[in-house]
Amino acid sequence: MNAARPGKRGAEPLLHREQPPADLLIRAAHVLDPRGDLDAPHDVLVRGGVIAEIGAPGSLDAPEGAEVLEGEGRHLFPGFVDPHVHLRVPGQEHKEDLDSGTRAAAAGGFVAVVAMPNTDPVVDDASVLRSLREAARREARIPVGFLAAITRGLAGDALTEMAELSDTGALGFTDDGKPVHRAAILRKALQYQRLCGGVLALHEEDPSLSGAGAMHEGEVSARLGLAGIPSISESTMIARDAAIAGYEQGRIHIQHLSARESVEAIAEAKARGVQISGEASPHHLCLTHEAIRERLDTRLKMNPPLRAESDRQALIEGLRDGTIDCIATDHAPHAREEKEVPFEEAPMGTTGLETSFAAIYTELVVPGVLPLGLVVERLSAGAALMGLATPRIAVGETAALCLLDLAAEWQVGEAGYESRSENCCFAGHMLRGRVLATVAAGSVVYRERAFALTAA
Amino acid sequence: MRHLLSIEDLDRPGIERILDRAKSFTEVSEREVKKVPALRGRRVLNLFYEASTRTRSSFELAAKTLSAEVINFVSSGSSVEKGESLKDTVQTLSAYRPDLIVVRTPYVGAAELVARWSPAAVINAGDGKHEHPTQALLDVHTLRERLGALDGLSIWIVGDVLHSRVARSNIQAFTMLGAKVTVCGPPTLIPRGVEALGCDVRYTLDGLDEADVVYALRMQKERMTESFVPSLREYAARYQIDGRRLGARQVLMHPGPVNRGVELAAEVIDSPQALIGQQVAAGVVVRMAVLYELLAGRTAPDRQLVTA
Repeated sequence: MNAARPGKRGAEPLLHREQPPADLLIRAAHVLDPRGDLDAPHDVLVRGGVIAEIGAPGSLDAPEGAEVLEGEGRHLFPGFVDPHVHLRVPGQEHKEDLDSGTRAAAAGGFVAVVAMPNTDPVVDDASVLRSLREAARREARIPVGFLAAITRGLAGDALTEMAELSDTGALGFTDDGKPVHRAAILRKALQYQRLCGGVLALHEEDPSLSGAGAMHEGEVSARLGLAGIPSISESTMIARDAAIAGYEQGRIHIQHLSARESVEAIAEAKARGVQISGEASPHHLCLTHEAIRERLDTRLKMNPPLRAESDRQALIEGLRDGTIDCIATDHAPHAREEKEVPFEEAPMGTTGLETSFAAIYTELVVPGVLPLGLVVERLSAGAALMGLATPRIAVGETAALCLLDLAAEWQVGEAGYESRSENCCFAGHMLRGRVLATVAAGSVVYRERAFALTAA
Repeated sequence: MRHLLSIEDLDRPGIERILDRAKSFTEVSEREVKKVPALRGRRVLNLFYEASTRTRSSFELAAKTLSAEVINFVSSGSSVEKGESLKDTVQTLSAYRPDLIVVRTPYVGAAELVARWSPAAVINAGDGKHEHPTQALLDVHTLRERLGALDGLSIWIVGDVLHSRVARSNIQAFTMLGAKVTVCGPPTLIPRGVEALGCDVRYTLDGLDEADVVYALRMQKERMTESFVPSLREYAARYQIDGRRLGARQVLMHPGPVNRGVELAAEVIDSPQALIGQQVAAGVVVRMAVLYELLAGRTAPDRQLVTA
């Protein structure tokens, strides 16, 4: 991707393996860069991994040795950036690893992802982070950044060595998977943020309210007899943490918003001037707890849970009006045997990298709920929140692009997954919008199989 | 009907057909030789991951009365965690070629999983806090025997609705047969959104005199340590069904086992209004009827799934 952010002692924020720079002519694709003024068919020439020229359709010639991608009737977007994925390394490579996780990301049109530290061991000291970054430099197909834990072992008791972790290359900090339940610890982390920078990304949940809940508390949980996770378990913690962040003038990012009350809490905090941002996941934007009533499928079990239609509508509205800054998948792979158990026993999480754009495009853009440009913008807006450069389609930029066929219809899971795991909540859904090719950090990192054959 | 996983698998005519057959089976239990050959040669597997006295013995007796072979596989709840997964257990036991599996587990939806993983017919004998459809059927049977039809009856279900699979199945079955159901208990033990099942909600026993049927639920002692109620003493003071609260024209039911002195006072348990013994007796004939419904006239299940 683009130049590293002004580094703490030079640690580059994103890592990936060496791949040959692309020489590509993408011909006559409809180029849409919502942050620029591009929204029309163009030829885009990439030379040595850098966008060299953008011209009228049919105006550019492919130089010697350059690959030509036929873009007519297709769309070219700035590549997506996911600020919230679980790559499961180190320790849970049976669920996912850096290669398979970044392959899944590339197949979803992503050009950078940010991995969470709730691994085994937890990324809570510099040596773990250092070796993880080394592994990413060898294995990651697209650039990967890492958040480190806020507290040691995610136990919520003691701060990690945040400054050293930051110097080692942590983009920020999170205890994702768990809340920072003690207010005083969060306050100290916000104080430390003044020293070491980096975002504090927060999983908001009051465990005394969520308890052993397995799904959203409401009509469906009442009917199924499943313990519920009430919306207030999320929203009350957001309100608390926004107050602490405001007091300390720190910056917080709220992960995987799920409830109407949470969107309201963020809107109120923003109105007060708190430096707070938020993300919503494709599954919370597209599905509700009714899906669990139809089929008690463990792929639909995630934390926070799928909630009611009014919550989904509030998330859509929040995304539209900017209360919610970006879309993040919370890609959370789990092995088949872990999910092939009774619902209450199953681990929380759904994969999402390969379906994020298509799910939102099918459920929200095609029916006219959200404009395409806004969705494309929100799918890379997480970059800036993590201190990363935002992909742009402009001459001189390192190529970070995805080419899609918006008309292509496909069934999720019909041809398997690039991810090592198959716990996708959209499994079986017919979706529209297929990623044909992805260029990340100036290299072609993904070609859809049928497209690669016709292009050859 | 291939399986009985939820009361939602049935409609009113289906329930009535099963209960009419249960009534015809009543006579068998009164014979000297309590056996009919209806399911001779059929194999019924009882797979119980939770302690159960009456449900398991009732299914066993029902199957044996119909001349089926019965295998009991009883496991503590922890054996799943210790080693074999539910899926592996079910697939292993399916190699015994059961025609029908009766399954009880502490997990919502587990009976449905068993049905997916085994070619056998499956009866849900309780899946966590979700459903217990044969309990609902035997309760409806008991009421039909005592009161005729359920149409227009007012039935109050009192107690810990939140943790009760019996309540969830019974609300639906009673409603399906034309009764008006009210659930009543402390607000901490009434699930948010339960009205969606088609019942009214009350938090006090005021108005209990309108009920034709009072159905008390078991109050588990551990609910107190989890602060669902401050004390059993206070719970009993406000929600216990006793001789003062139970009117002469009302009947009393309970799924058992009873906590004497908690949800029910001794005097009502032993009163002529109590149908608790009848419920247990109905358990056998109703389960005979369900087994018959799922197995009689049906060929042995397709074995493809097992060998695949």
